Amino acid sequence: MQRTLALVAMGLISFPALADRMPIPADAPPAFKAECGSCHLAFPPALLSADDWRRVMGGLDKHYGDNATLDEKTRRPIEDFLIRNAGSGRRTMGAGVPPRLTFTDWFRHKHDEVPAAVWKDKQVGSAANCAACHPRAEAGSFSEREIRMPGGYRHEHD
Amino acid sequence: MKHVIPLALLATCGFAAAETPRQIADGYAATQAAGFQPSAQRGGEFYSRKFGVSEKMPACAACHTEQPAQSGRHAITGKDIKPLAPVANADRFTDPAKVEKWFTRNCKEVVGRECSTAEKADFVAFLMEKR
Ligand code: HEC
Ligand code: HEC
Ligand code: HEC
Repeated sequence: MQRTLALVAMGLISFPALADRMPIPADAPPAFKAECGSCHLAFPPALLSADDWRRVMGGLDKHYGDNATLDEKTRRPIEDFLIRNAGSGRRTMGAGVPPRLTFTDWFRHKHDEVPAAVWKDKQVGSAANCAACHPRAEAGSFSEREIRMPGGYRHEHD
Repeated sequence: MKHVIPLALLATCGFAAAETPRQIADGYAATQAAGFQPSAQRGGEFYSRKFGVSEKMPACAACHTEQPAQSGRHAITGKDIKPLAPVANADRFTDPAKVEKWFTRNCKEVVGRECSTAEKADFVAFLMEKR
């Protein structure tokens, strides 16, 4: 009973949608996964604010040390899609400039149990390499049950 | 009649024209002086050369690895990249627009300029021979 109450309370103060399922919204233009999923995971749009997506999509030629330029007829529908499905509130706060969803308070909070050595593991390389620890990230699943960390670290889900 | 126009447009745009790696290599080679032959050996040297332009991406092999018939790994993000050699990945060098897009991006980053059509012809020839 106590456990149920605690769970209900947690549900109330945390986010309306389940945090461990973030599939790509169905209104994504076909180019989204192909273009934004080739160098890294096609990130769930809800993890950045509309303003931050505008910033990302307005500077694809200088993209975090890489060049992700698209022609305008491909770029525009992707930007519109990201803005339509952008997040707000605590989940997107703290992204910084240039915006990184891995810098938000929400992301840090969700990953407070990840040992420093794991972030530095060669298999991980970058916090944005979600699939290194979430093997079903591509399908939008981040469930704690599925986590597999490189270097043999174990995560005890509670 | 109304329906004919869009179809004709599609046809003349060469919409999603699927080609073979050989056709793509020949297309690049055709822009060269007569007598030019794509060279897998030159392509292989280009593939592994360290251009020293970008610290994190010194060579094509930095992400596509020295074994292009095996999976690569993005040097910054760590994401897996499917093999670049057609022998291991039949989708490679079949979509001219995709090939051009990545040549443009990756050459600018690694080489510091666009690759020439001769370099592209050699590069494709190298990957076609890779087993
Ligand atoms: C040519 C490769 C490439 C393409 C294509 C690409 N990106 Fe990136 N992206 C990167 C790199 C490299 C980083 C930096 C990753 C790092 O520092 O770990 C990055 C980082 C990001 C980040 C910040 C992640 C974080 O929190 O650290 C966002 C957001 C992002 N990309 C969105 C997009 C979107 C949207 C698209 C499609 C329009 C896209 N990317 C296409 C290479 C690419
Ligand atoms: C180095 C391994 C690692 C990487 C990389 C990583 N995560 Fe995680 N993630 C974890 C671990 C471990 C947990 C749970 C432990 C905790 O609370 O710290 C977790 C928890 C989560 C949760 C909460 C799941 C739940 O059930 O509530 C979400 C959502 C999540 N991660 C999303 C992401 C996204 C999106 C990325 C990429 C931008 C990412 N993670 C990158 C290891 C990682
Ligand atoms: C920073 C990492 C990185 C480097 C360095 C890199 N590439 Fe790529 N390359 C990629 C990614 C990511 C893709 C697209 C992902 C996919 O299709 O699997 C790609 C795809 C390609 C393609 C498309 C092939 C096809 O038909 O699908 C070509 C051509 C290509 N690269 C050429 C090069 C050349 C030439 C160099 C060196 C000058 C190079 N790459 C260096 C990351 C890289």
